[in-house]
Amino acid sequence: MQTKNFKGSTLKTLLPLIALLPTFVFAEIEYTGSAAVEQRYFFQDALYPQQERANLSVYFAPEVYTSFNDGNDSILFKGFYRLDQQDGERTHGDIREFKWTHSGDEWEVQTGIGKVFWGQTESLHLVDIINQTDAIEAIDGEDKLGQPMVTFSLFKDWGNTTVFVLPYFRERTFSGNDGRFRAALPVDTDNPIFESEDEEKNLDWAIRWQHTLGDWEVGLSYFDGTSREPDFVLTSNELLEPSLRPFYPLVQQAGIDVLALLGGWTIKFEGVQRKIMDQDINAFVGGFEYSFVGLFDSAYDINLLMEYQYDDRDNASNVITQNDLMMGSRLVLNDVDGTEILFGLVQDLDYSNVRSGFIEASSRINDNWKWRVDAWLFSSDEPVEPSYMLRRDDYAQLSLEYYF
Amino acid sequence: MNRYLLPCVTIISLVLSLMTYSLSSHAQSAQEKGLVIAKERKLRDKGWGDSTGNMSMILRNAQGEEVERKMRLKSLEQVADGDKGLTIFDQPLDVRGTVFLNFTHATEPDDQWMYLPKLSKVKRIRSRNKSGPFMGSEFAFEDMSSFEIEKYKFKFLRDETYEGQASFVLEQIPTDKNSGYSKQIVWVDKEHYRALKIEFYDRKGSLLKELANFDFTLYLGKYWRPLRVEMFNEQNGKSTELVTHELNFNTGLTDNDFNKGTLKNVR
Repeated sequence: MQTKNFKGSTLKTLLPLIALLPTFVFAEIEYTGSAAVEQRYFFQDALYPQQERANLSVYFAPEVYTSFNDGNDSILFKGFYRLDQQDGERTHGDIREFKWTHSGDEWEVQTGIGKVFWGQTESLHLVDIINQTDAIEAIDGEDKLGQPMVTFSLFKDWGNTTVFVLPYFRERTFSGNDGRFRAALPVDTDNPIFESEDEEKNLDWAIRWQHTLGDWEVGLSYFDGTSREPDFVLTSNELLEPSLRPFYPLVQQAGIDVLALLGGWTIKFEGVQRKIMDQDINAFVGGFEYSFVGLFDSAYDINLLMEYQYDDRDNASNVITQNDLMMGSRLVLNDVDGTEILFGLVQDLDYSNVRSGFIEASSRINDNWKWRVDAWLFSSDEPVEPSYMLRRDDYAQLSLEYYF
Repeated sequence: MNRYLLPCVTIISLVLSLMTYSLSSHAQSAQEKGLVIAKERKLRDKGWGDSTGNMSMILRNAQGEEVERKMRLKSLEQVADGDKGLTIFDQPLDVRGTVFLNFTHATEPDDQWMYLPKLSKVKRIRSRNKSGPFMGSEFAFEDMSSFEIEKYKFKFLRDETYEGQASFVLEQIPTDKNSGYSKQIVWVDKEHYRALKIEFYDRKGSLLKELANFDFTLYLGKYWRPLRVEMFNEQNGKSTELVTHELNFNTGLTDNDFNKGTLKNVR
């Protein structure tokens, strides 16, 4: 009897759903994505006995997309999974995006796990605060974890405005004991400390306005919630082993980002004012890019970049970018394979012996395959600088990427 | 003596100025005629509204090896300004999801943005680099933007039969100093005012590229579109063929589809 009743009610629920089906005609589902094999080689012996000189790593990043309701609604899924030879912490998975987008005329709502980027500068992303950094991925901090969010956007003549409601906080990832790029003490990611009593369930929110005014791109943003950037508290576990517990304070951040095209120059600037634990912090990054097009009558373009990074915290142990200068150059071959080479140097202006250099080069092999070479060199003899912990982590990485 | 000299000088100067006048009026008529033809070419293409297209770009090197790119184009006609265009890259696969947004302007440099899906970043790009290659092809960025009268100074050169079609031959000199070309020579057919062939001359004045339009097809009973475009580089022997597989008009696109804020949703 109960079963029958259940069946009946299921049918009652199903019938209207079936009736609705024709209106939910899904366009074809697109399956795409990428995968890669990455081999890292470190030039020096490691600082800690658990660390190795070579590391093999693979990742798989599938993507599924479908749209319905005449393209006004869409669902996007982007997954990520990495398997790492040495570091158990780096073997990890994440839902980068899993969101439903509903678009109206001059407005849209997005619900789910999303990824957004704010800002204009190349060497440092100060304004960008919505997504947590997947720091274990790469030291450039460009990889981000998926962020649960509900957003409402308005696209008007006077600019694009988006309001973000962020109901759940993602903790930063850190290298494990066997991984490179780590502090002397392990980061105890299982026991984070939050300023908010709601811990990771603190309701964060943000608003951003972005507009084009002729040759100027201007963005203003405000964020109120848990800081994506942790401080560290020295503690010990039950076995009395010392460790670093990440501490995530609350932050209110006002940000501005500007890009201007002035003659052959591209001017870029980002500035933030943050209020953390009753302390005001100001930081900015600014610089330019200059392009030489069609170098020596070839199709080559060369862009020169220079950016200055400033942070007014005097004794910030976790801020690498206090008073630093980045100089770089991007060579674009404009060939069929899309070959690009970016190289640069970041010099600490407080300590002349603290600097790092990097090179990133990539090119297509064919429609599906691409190679990439990344290398970082660190020079740091200054124990007070955070980059000191990377002093033996010079490395080069060759990646073979497969796109499908 | 002086009394005779004055009228004499006056007559000579009058004759001279008449000669210059007739000369300049002749030169002006070539320019005027060029402008009239160009305006007619633009006028005949007015009112197409919006379109979506699906195309392949085939890149060939001097050895004949080829690589295929796939892309989709969305275009929206603007009445008071240059057109808006959206290019969505489907192939090569590593750039799939990259979207190029272009607002053509008649007199000022175009506004251009690129959406980079890896970073979820909308990047403003410099349209002054207009002479740079588009996706490693023989097309420059400036070859991909819409035809606007204000972009050139025109001059009628001669009548000529091109591929069996009676044509006007025009010279058009780019007004923008950032253009990669010193001049272009265009063959426009007299019946429908379609550009059949264009020669591009580099900054030094030598022939750089030759574009030929093929397979003209009529849309909405009024607008001709070439479904095959071939650009041949005379200096390096490379060529690029642009093949349109599908083209639709009246697709209901609005300005909202050309907003940099919604590039992340474009598929």
